[in-house]
Amino acid sequence: MALHFELVTPARLVRSEDVHMVVVPGAEGEFGVLEGHAPFMSTIRDGALLVYRTEGAAPETIQIQGGFAEVAATGLTVLAEHVEG
Amino acid sequence: MASLKELKGRINSVKSTQKITKAKQMVAAAKLRKAQTAAEAARPYAARLATVMGSLAAKITVSENSPKLLAGTGKDQVHLLVVANSDKGLCGAFNSNIVKAAMVKARALEAEGKTVLFYLVGRKGRAVVRRLYPKAVLAMFDTTDVREPGFAEAQKIANELVALYDEGKFDVAHLFYSRFQSALAQIPTEQQIIPVPAPKVAASSSDGAVVEYEPEEEAILAELLPRYLRTQLFGALLENQASEQGASMTAMDNATRNAGELIQKLTIQYNRSRQAAITTELIEIIAGAEAL
Repeated sequence: MALHFELVTPARLVRSEDVHMVVVPGAEGEFGVLEGHAPFMSTIRDGALLVYRTEGAAPETIQIQGGFAEVAATGLTVLAEHVEG
Repeated sequence: MASLKELKGRINSVKSTQKITKAKQMVAAAKLRKAQTAAEAARPYAARLATVMGSLAAKITVSENSPKLLAGTGKDQVHLLVVANSDKGLCGAFNSNIVKAAMVKARALEAEGKTVLFYLVGRKGRAVVRRLYPKAVLAMFDTTDVREPGFAEAQKIANELVALYDEGKFDVAHLFYSRFQSALAQIPTEQQIIPVPAPKVAASSSDGAVVEYEPEEEAILAELLPRYLRTQLFGALLENQASEQGASMTAMDNATRNAGELIQKLTIQYNRSRQAAITTELIEIIAGAEAL
């Protein structure tokens, strides 16, 4: 029961791990992705990506700029132009 | 016959040249490793973007309302050749190979009656293109002030290209760069970048599920296209860098070896003439002694 989450920038693969939930700052509002999410694609605005490693855990924040998110059967892929930190 | 002193001077000068080429070779080898890692690190992003582009492009039928970057201007008259070169020399035929590939394409296009324009990245290709097509250079992008062209540069180039495209300065853009295969082989490559050629779709990627889009497909595509262009340029810049260092390493390795051979030859010549001089001197002394 885990969501495979990948965060990629042009320069490198920042994250590739299994997490519980990720909240993505979509262009038309934030959305959370859990395992088994329907296929979905959205552009994202600059903002914070919240990564919940386990249920109820304090989220980890990653600042991202520009890009889009894709949810497929294989998991969530966030392509960001720039990642802070 | 060169005098001993002359020979010695030549040996020394070749030796110092060899030192330079050897240093440059080692620098290139170190940089090559770095450039290769960078090129590899950039691959996941490019690959993912290409899949997304492919699945999106398959869903949308190209019509007049499609973004111009995908559908084209409807004309095929003015071709822009984007030539990516390096800023520094000492890398063998690296730059001239790229320029040569671009020139072949330019001539072919001109033979078809098209107009050819150039957009030059990097310092090294400028002189040749300017000489052959003095009026065709549309713009130049300077990368001399940064150590390694990176994503920021790719972004600037892409923005400039899109701006020129929107102004209607050209209809089709081709990118010329050198694809890195190994330190010994770099392949000058041509790639169409505008209008964006739709990547081949892996048909099984969507596995039949209906994908939801937010905002709708057209809007996502409109945002995705410039991004895709940027990524392609970025990839080309990285490949180019790795190729440059590879070419440089090979060229400098050859130069170092040649210098070594030359030194050997000159040293033999030096020793022979030294011996000849000694022999002559001895004969003179002996002859002198005998005459007494």
